[in-house]
Amino acid sequence: MIGMELVDYIAGLSQLELAPEEKRAVTAELERIVAYMDVLNRLDTRGVEPESQVFPIKNVLREDEVIPSQNREELLAGSSAGDPEAFLAPKAVE
Amino acid sequence: MTWETVIGLETHVELATRTKIFCGCTTEFGGAPNTHCCPVCTGMPGTLPVLNKRVLEFAVKAGLALNCSIARHSRFDRKNYFYPDLPKAYQISQLYLPIARSGAVSIHTDAGDRTIRIHELHMEEDAGKLVHDPRTGVTRCDYNRCGVPLIEIVTEPDFRAADQVIAYLEKLKETLQYLGVSDCKMQEGSLRCDVNLSVRPLGSAQLGTRTEMKNLSSFKAIARAVGYEAKRQIGLMEEGGRVVQETRRWDESKNVSCAMRSKEDARDYRYFPEPDIPPIELSEEYLEGLRSARPELAEEKRARYRADYGLPEYDCRMITSDKALAAFFEGLVALGTPPKQGANWIMGEVLGALSARGLEPKDMRLTPPALARLIALVGEGRLNRNTAVGVFEAVFDGDGDVDAYIKAHGLEQVSDGGLVREACARVLEANPRPVADCRGGREKAFGFLVGQAMRELKGRADPQAVRRALRELLG
Repeated sequence: MIGMELVDYIAGLSQLELAPEEKRAVTAELERIVAYMDVLNRLDTRGVEPESQVFPIKNVLREDEVIPSQNREELLAGSSAGDPEAFLAPKAVE
Repeated sequence: MTWETVIGLETHVELATRTKIFCGCTTEFGGAPNTHCCPVCTGMPGTLPVLNKRVLEFAVKAGLALNCSIARHSRFDRKNYFYPDLPKAYQISQLYLPIARSGAVSIHTDAGDRTIRIHELHMEEDAGKLVHDPRTGVTRCDYNRCGVPLIEIVTEPDFRAADQVIAYLEKLKETLQYLGVSDCKMQEGSLRCDVNLSVRPLGSAQLGTRTEMKNLSSFKAIARAVGYEAKRQIGLMEEGGRVVQETRRWDESKNVSCAMRSKEDARDYRYFPEPDIPPIELSEEYLEGLRSARPELAEEKRARYRADYGLPEYDCRMITSDKALAAFFEGLVALGTPPKQGANWIMGEVLGALSARGLEPKDMRLTPPALARLIALVGEGRLNRNTAVGVFEAVFDGDGDVDAYIKAHGLEQVSDGGLVREACARVLEANPRPVADCRGGREKAFGFLVGQAMRELKGRADPQAVRRALRELLG
């Protein structure tokens, strides 16, 4: 069960401010998502090793060689703030 | 009541790789904001991080040197939090299967030797730098540091006093520098330390409530912060209060710590295995290769210098205080310089010249052959010590040719006894008063005559030979 309290908690962790009607909508959505994932709980996983990777690969490494960084103008082009040097965020320094 | 202070450390060390942990951007310090960035380290959608081979190697080397057991199977995890210093909204770190665990470091303080246990060592990425602009109320994000490789080394709560903490950090710094895995420059943030501290009645087996202190930017600050925080907590307890578990920020200008945020609203990081980075599996051959390639560490060098060269402890410490300096010393010895003489030149002239120029030993241009030659010339009596120091200063910045310089400036010592005697005779003739004083037993007058004779010989004589000649002539 997804309660309002849990939604508040998750929203807090994600730095989201939700209006009351948004909270109700999110609660219902999360319910549906969790119910969908719950299908997995019906599987019998006794004797199956827990694993975080499904691909049979390991040790994917790269050499320590410098590749030119991206042009800053391009890098910042997707930022809506329009500052020539930096990404901007609301006041976030403690 | 007698109180005991209990301290554990979390140290973040920036690895000396050329590139970031998951992309090919440079790790070079500084740079204009956001010029060392790419879609991977700025967390653009659809990018795929790939682990830097050297990060893994450096982490394993550090783990081995700290006597940890290295995980044959290791992986990364996501530490989720929403804060603009991390554009992905998570940090790639290691929680469940860190690369190294259960190590130990022995330290030495005035109170004796002590073993500090290492809980774990893991790899992770650094975050970006935030600069708050008070004028606009906006935070500017610079992601040049984002993705710079770090290892975090977590100790068990095994420290009981500030001097133990400092001894450990010095040992750690020395070890990592000798391994070549980090430059450990605190002023550039490549070694950062958080102090977890609690107090308890002496003899109690239970740990008290701890606080975590951040923003400690020098060993001095750490020592002061430990003293301050222990006193603050003991004060609270003795007044019948209690310590609140919280993160505190050390204010170096005021020498006080203040609460940053309490653990009650501490972040829930919702760690989960990082799906973008396949697991790491290390073979025994890989580990053995790194074990056998380990360089001689400072402590081993000191033991060797004491045993093989008979150097005093002080000299050993000075010379091994820097890896490049120790290499320079060993270069001299390899060229036949008597170790104690080499040590004296390094501790005197070399360190003096470096400090006068604000240089690090690794930036020194003078090479061991040049200094070895100079020391040999003094040893052979062909150059006096003072002249040699002058030559040293002249060739220090460019590693000039010592012999050529001496020849060009006519500095070779007058070793012809006849020439020295003649010069001394001239001085005695020209200075009848001091000669009389001298014969009357005034040592000061003798010193004056030595000075005059050295001047006559343009400083190019062995002062001992001059003294001998003057004594003989004075009868």
